[in-house]
Amino acid sequence: MAILIDKTTRIIVQGFTGKIGSFHAQDMINYGSNVVGGITPGKGGQQHLGLPVFNTVRQAVFEAGAEASIIFVPPAFAADSIMEAADAGIKYCVAITDGIPTQDMMTVKNFLRRSAQHERMMLTGPNCAGTISPGQAMLGIMPGHIYMRGNVGIVGRSGTLGYEAADQMKALGIGISTSVGIGGDPINGSSHRDILEKFEADSETKVVLMIGEIGGQQEIEAGIFAKEHMGKPLIAYIAGLTAPQGRRMGHAGAIISSSGESAAEKVAMLKELGVTICPTPSSMGETVAKVLASL
Amino acid sequence: MDIHEYQAKEILTDYGVSIAKGGVAHSPEAALQRAREIGGDLWVVKAQIHSGARGKAGGIKICKTHDEVETAAQELLGKTLVTHQTGAAGKVCSKIYVEAAMNIARETYFCVLVDRSTERIVMIGSAEGGMEIEEMVKSSPEAVKRIYIDPAVGLQDFQARKMAFALGVEPPHLASAIKTISGCYRALRDLDANMLEINPLVITRRGEMIALDAKMSFDPNALFRQHLISELRDHSQIDPREVAAADHDLSYIGLDGDIGCMINGAGLAMATMDMIKLAGGEPANFLDVGGGASAERTEKAFRLVLADKGIKAMLVNIFAGINRCDWIAEGVVQAVRNLDMKIPLIVRLSGTNVAAGRRIIADSGLPIIMAETLADAAEKAVKARNEVVAREKIESEKRGNA
Repeated sequence: MAILIDKTTRIIVQGFTGKIGSFHAQDMINYGSNVVGGITPGKGGQQHLGLPVFNTVRQAVFEAGAEASIIFVPPAFAADSIMEAADAGIKYCVAITDGIPTQDMMTVKNFLRRSAQHERMMLTGPNCAGTISPGQAMLGIMPGHIYMRGNVGIVGRSGTLGYEAADQMKALGIGISTSVGIGGDPINGSSHRDILEKFEADSETKVVLMIGEIGGQQEIEAGIFAKEHMGKPLIAYIAGLTAPQGRRMGHAGAIISSSGESAAEKVAMLKELGVTICPTPSSMGETVAKVLASL
Repeated sequence: MDIHEYQAKEILTDYGVSIAKGGVAHSPEAALQRAREIGGDLWVVKAQIHSGARGKAGGIKICKTHDEVETAAQELLGKTLVTHQTGAAGKVCSKIYVEAAMNIARETYFCVLVDRSTERIVMIGSAEGGMEIEEMVKSSPEAVKRIYIDPAVGLQDFQARKMAFALGVEPPHLASAIKTISGCYRALRDLDANMLEINPLVITRRGEMIALDAKMSFDPNALFRQHLISELRDHSQIDPREVAAADHDLSYIGLDGDIGCMINGAGLAMATMDMIKLAGGEPANFLDVGGGASAERTEKAFRLVLADKGIKAMLVNIFAGINRCDWIAEGVVQAVRNLDMKIPLIVRLSGTNVAAGRRIIADSGLPIIMAETLADAAEKAVKARNEVVAREKIESEKRGNA
């Protein structure tokens, strides 16, 4: 099993023929992902990396049976690409692009909500490293070789901190069912909670590691979900214990999110909700190992 | 990105929001000139710095004569103001805004912002303005009204009316209040602002609604399509190290410690800073070198970190994904040589091409301390920092004895 993607998932690349898109498409193909083509408007009918190029996502869905897409389109046009994917019937989309305007993401989320929940496209990112189901498929830009297949689900905002976790776990012989990057932007496609729901339903996943950070309320919502709806243990690390306060937003922003925004507050609330906390970023592997051993 | 009060007021005027008569000045003479142009017999001189709570810091002065205006300008220009929002370093005031004092009947609070949890724009208002919103939420939460706006539909008149009534506007003045509220909403939407706060939004004795203060903050990701807004950036209000970092497309935040850091990825950077703290040290900065770090980029990052003269040791922590450890290693070696680095350098490499990266560092013959893991790196950095501090202490004692 695993969540969101496996070796059969038919993948397309939006922004396929660009430098970054080409590089990572080749990397994904080398990993064994089932990439069936890509989109570059105006270059439809050409071949790139031995695969067909389409003008529109809809064409790729009809002609190549595309189910999942990954977006490498520049920030100014990325929101449009995400909405095109949703409109074409793509089931799962990863937006790698960093720097999409917040109000564009507001429009995207509003557009996605117009579909009924059961047929709504799942979006992770933007500003993320992507998703990997080790040994099966990679839909992202991570170094695939550091991930070992296994029973731990990972969800996190940060790319490189996710690599750090996978690396610590591999050193202890612990593998991963799927690792999902939800991205570091204020408005993102899926929350920690959305991904936990998928992991809870997955037969391969036994425990979940959540890698959070300062800002927003998503980690707490995830903790509440875990307490009320999850049978599987949840482990968390929250980055930013030493981060200075209020460097991003003026104080009016702090009013809606007036409590629970700092790492220390998040850790305290998660503990109360019964989540196992990794006390340091270097103990993510050990903490997962301990929880696995207690099952 | 933040802008000044006078800039926000110019923008808001274009959107139909009323402000008091006023003008910017860079010198006491110009301030006097502004006061003459404005006329009347009571003025307010306000320091233009990127921070709220200026009043408490002595940044707002009420003046009854032209002489007082000139004196106030003299006092404020060039002064560094410290508020709870600026941090201990404070912000320097290089411009002032001279404004006609208003005959205020009542002060209200109004703000529009992008709310990340509901993924909508929210308007927040209270009939009791003047104090800070955090205090207001604590002291009388029921007086704070929130109205959420569907991004596809936009602000509707009934919502603006609801807000106007929540601000305590009397029926005869409803039309002007709606104009103000919808103008603020449109400014936020059109210009990709994250936040627009008017505190206080006053109602004068004649019933007019006037923005007495204005604070706007813009989405840095949207500046590519907001050229006029990007030109409003005032470098004097930003840590010069952060300005230099932004020029090189690096993400940097200066902190108070003495262990310099260069890390790839914001999350890993925060985690590494946490680790330094847990090991008993204090990070001097947050620096995310990002993906695709070339040798040139690495050297620029080093320059930036080392520009802080108080640094006693430097830690590089790279987990290469898009990056390659060999590229980073080449950049590190080049930077250490070109910058003639004297303080201890601790490097931890992991991920793509790690073996090649470690070989480059080992072959360089430079006294670089290699670390295996995150914990190892932080401990070695703190140890090296402590040794430097101890050595400096002995040396200064020797000098003292001599």
